Formats: sequence, C-alpha cells, structure tokens
Amino acid sequence: MKPVFMTYTKKDIINLAICMVLSVLIIPTFIKTEYWYTSILIPWLCLALATIGQQIVMGYTGQLALGAAGFMAAGAFAMFNLILRVPDLGFVGSLIMSGLIAAAFGILFGLPSLKVRGIYLMVATLASQFFIIWMIDKFGWFKNYDSSGIITAQDIVILGKPFTTPLAMYFVCLAVTTVLTLLAMNMARGSTGRNWMAVRDMDIAAESMGVSLLRTKVQAFAISAFYCGVAGALFAFCYLKSLEPVAFDIKLSFKILFMCILGGLGTINGAFIGAAFILLFPVLLNAIGNNVFHGAIDATIISSIEQVIFGGLMIIFMIYEPLGMAKLWENIKQKWKTKFPSINLKNLKSSLSKKS
Amino acid sequence: MAQERKFKIGKPILEVNNISLSFGGVKAITDTSFNVLEHEVRAIIGPNGAGKSSMLNCINGIYKPQQGTVSFRGQQIPNITPNIMAQMGLSRTFQNLALFKRMSVLDNILVGRKLHTKTNFLEVALQLPKVKKEEKLNRERSEEIISFLEIEDIKDTPVGKLPYGLQKKVELGRALATDSTIILLDEPMAGMNVEEKRDMCRFILKVNDELGTTMVLIEHDMGVVMDISDRVVVLDYGKVIGDGTPDEVRSNQKVIDAYLGVEH
Repeated sequence: MKPVFMTYTKKDIINLAICMVLSVLIIPTFIKTEYWYTSILIPWLCLALATIGQQIVMGYTGQLALGAAGFMAAGAFAMFNLILRVPDLGFVGSLIMSGLIAAAFGILFGLPSLKVRGIYLMVATLASQFFIIWMIDKFGWFKNYDSSGIITAQDIVILGKPFTTPLAMYFVCLAVTTVLTLLAMNMARGSTGRNWMAVRDMDIAAESMGVSLLRTKVQAFAISAFYCGVAGALFAFCYLKSLEPVAFDIKLSFKILFMCILGGLGTINGAFIGAAFILLFPVLLNAIGNNVFHGAIDATIISSIEQVIFGGLMIIFMIYEPLGMAKLWENIKQKWKTKFPSINLKNLKSSLSKKS
Repeated sequence: MAQERKFKIGKPILEVNNISLSFGGVKAITDTSFNVLEHEVRAIIGPNGAGKSSMLNCINGIYKPQQGTVSFRGQQIPNITPNIMAQMGLSRTFQNLALFKRMSVLDNILVGRKLHTKTNFLEVALQLPKVKKEEKLNRERSEEIISFLEIEDIKDTPVGKLPYGLQKKVELGRALATDSTIILLDEPMAGMNVEEKRDMCRFILKVNDELGTTMVLIEHDMGVVMDISDRVVVLDYGKVIGDGTPDEVRSNQKVIDAYLGVEH
C-alpha cells in the first residue's frame, strides 16, 4: 500500500511537517511548566478534536446541530465503563469503541435532520445533549454506582506502559488528534466531503446527482459523534482526570459551537484556530487583568468581559467574515503574497541561482 | 441536422402517461402524455405557466403527480425519487440554477460523478489505493468535461462567484459528468446573450451527436428550439396542444393561437 500522503500537495506535506516538528520536538523541549500541558495544550487538542466533529456536521454538511458535549459525555462514560468492565480491550481499543458508541447516539439523534432543518434541527439535537446527560445521571450503572457523583478516571495504560505525566498525556492526545485530523482531511477532500458539501449547498440538486440525503446526513452525524466521543474520552481522561456529567453541560456545547464558527465553518484548520482562540482568550484577559491592572479588576468582571467580547466577536465575524478566522488567515497570506511577491521561497531560490 | 447521425433515433426511452399534477386547487398539469425517443433532442415549449418545469419535476421525482405514470425503457417506475431516477440514468439541470455555490467548478462537476464512486467513507478516510484509482478516473472524466465546455480557466473558482452564463455551463457539465442516458435541461439558455446561446446549442448538439445522450429541454427562444430539436411538444395550461417535428408544430393552429393569442 502506498503511503497515506500521496494525494497531498507539497505544501500540505510541508505544513504537516512544520506542525509535527513544532508539536513533537519544539514544544516538549521549550515548555517545561506543567501548567501549559494540563491547562492549555491538552484541552486545546481535545476540544479541537470535538470541534472537527462539529465542523463535519455543521460546517461541511450544513446541519445546524448543538449537542457536541452530549456526545462527548457518551464517549467519556463509555470509555470509563469499557476500561472498567472490558479491560482486555486496552486503551486504544476502548477509545475506538467509545467513539463508536457515541456514533450510535449520533445516528439516533441525527435522524430528525431528515425532516427538520435550520434552527428547528438545532432544538431537536439539543435533545441529545439533555438525554445523554440525564441517562448517565439516572442510571447508576454508568457511574459504577459511585455515590460521590465524581468518579476518578482510570490511569492511561498503553501496552503495559503507564501514561500519567502531563507530557505523556499530551503525546497521547497529540497522536490521537493527529491521526483523526488526517482522516478527517482525507474525507473532507475526497468524495465523502463533496457529498457533505453538496447536501449543504443545495440538497435537491445533490439528490438529483444520486447523493442520498438520508445516508449522507446520518453518516455525517455518526462521524461527527465519533469525533466528539473520542474527544470526550480524552477530555475526561487526560484533562479532567475525573468523570462527572456536569462537565459536559450545554455550556461546553456552546463553546464548541463558538470554536467552530469563529474558527471558520467548513475548514479543518479552523477547528484548531477556533479552539486555541477560545481557550487562550480568557487566559490572556486574566493576564492583562493581573499584570496591567494589578488585580484592580475583579475576576468576575473579567469573566463577564470575556462573554461580552465573545458575543461581540461572533456578531462581527457573522457580518464581515462568515468563514471565520481560517479565512481571515488565508486573506492575510494572500495580501502578503501580492504585496511582497519576492518573499517566496521559490522566487528567492530562482533569483539566487540566476545571480550565481 | 441534415447529416448522418452516429446514434440513430430509436425506440421510446421515456414515456409520460396521463400525468396530472395540482397544487391545492391549482391544476398545473392535466392528463398529459408524450414520449421521448432514444438519442433524440426533444423540446418542451409553451407560454409562461404552462407547466413545463412542473413536468420535468414530475419526471425527475421532485414532484409527485396525483395521477399518471412515468416509464423508463418500457418499465413503469412505481416510486419516483430524484435519487432513483439518477440511478436509472436520468440527470438534469434546474431553471434557477441549483449549483453547490461554495464549491469550486471542478468539485461541482465531481459531485456529478457520485454514481461512479463506489468507495465508502472509511476507504476514503484511509485513502486506500482503490480510492485513489477511482478519484483519478473521476477527475480525468471531469477534466474532460471541463475542457469540452471550454471552462478550464475557471475550474478552481467557487461557483457562486461566476456570472450567470458560466454557471449554466457548469450545471450542464455537472449533468454530463453523470454519464446519464437522458439529460433534462430546464431553460439552459435563459438569460444568455446570443453568443452564449450559440455556444450552448453547440454543446447540446455535440453531446447528443457524440455520446448519443437523449436531451429533453425546455426553452423559450423559439428560434433555438426549432433549430436544434428533433421533436417538440407544446404545453399550454398544463395540456399538450401540439406534438411533432418543429415544422409540424410551427404550422399547428392551436400552437399559433397559444403564442399569438386569439381574438374572442
């Protein structure tokens, strides 16, 4: 079998190489504080993965869904129970299985998309959010009859080796996210992604071309829920290190929705940009509050300001750049290229070779 | 049309039998029957509101007629949906353009290759060799269509940014990409200038000539219709008032009345 990268352009491979060098070599060598791993990088990777799931159903297939956190909860608790009850599966096996369990919920709650659309579908998908959380709360079996309400997540053990340090967990998240991102990119660029987008842009024409609306929509919901489920499992096991249904409430669903929209609907890299922005922005605001105003502003006010700014940004993006930050980035690159056409590696090389 | 055709006009491939369609109390089509012969260019004409587009929507399965049947190659199709018709080899374009606006021209045409894509999403995600092979074939065919329609220079442009005339061409391209045996064209030349119309006619005739694709088209420009079609069916108020070769239709008194009006 030929390597996976054969269908990619040179630019893609360069981008991938830069990302890999950055995340595998540079970040671990230069960032030593645990805080960065436990509070920023690990949640960033997990939420970016969930945002990719949201992108697939909302950005690519155009189905307004709001229940990502519900599927994350399904994935997280499935993971907990699989490790507890089927220890033979191993970490990776359990992760895939919990993704599949979430996907089953995705199919179930994706079915309304055949009849309702737009804002009504959003309300219908909210059911998944509330139903899954309710189900976990209602039946003690899911929590292994733990009375405290918060269960400690099991340690991650892959092939007999424990992954308990923040750095090790970071690598686990990184590996899973990288693989799933590549798979998502393959789908988005291939015939699968074209079917999704055809349904998004003009469903009646898609149907006339032989694209089955039922299959495409349900497929998108299933894949989306799979991504959210895996993300939820990682979120619980690497970031929270505990499991409680409250962690996956509607607020998290909205957060993922914001990441999706701000990052740029219908882009995979937008998921990472959006997740980074939403995660880092409060950190930045806090830093400004502490260092510029020296704590003169109350923390609660800062968190309110954060909400105001997010809301404002959402409106601004919806009006001026509906395709989000990923598109903004593209535009900046484009402008840069037209302004300074000479700053281009190829031109530079050719001009150098001409001189010599 | 005088020269010898590679694909001789054959037996009826599509038959519309006694179709009646109404929206609430409004009768769009009343008891209409006509047929389409294999490899011919068949035009449906008629004044505004005559039920032409509704007719295509019935054939394609977007509308469900209250009465009547559609037969394809002599077989009656019980439960018509756009998807089933696409699988049977019937493709179409739309009156008000139904392109995938945020996708590039090439991607739009590639969607037309859907029925020639057999790989599932898992195989696509893993980029198995057979996916690459299939994608390559589909891309080659799409590029062929793009160069046939002379739109190579815009193939990476998002369709939404193109002018109307080009969008119509892309839509034809997408229908061609399906390799269907019948293509329904809903006003392929509406809103075009003379030159664009001439181009479009050339493409339609060339496809019909070289691939033998049966063409069913709705058109308002009488000159165009009379020039390119083999047979014409005229609808007025949802009823067939004339059916035959362009010359027959032209001399049909009912048709003349419908178009020019009658003194009462």
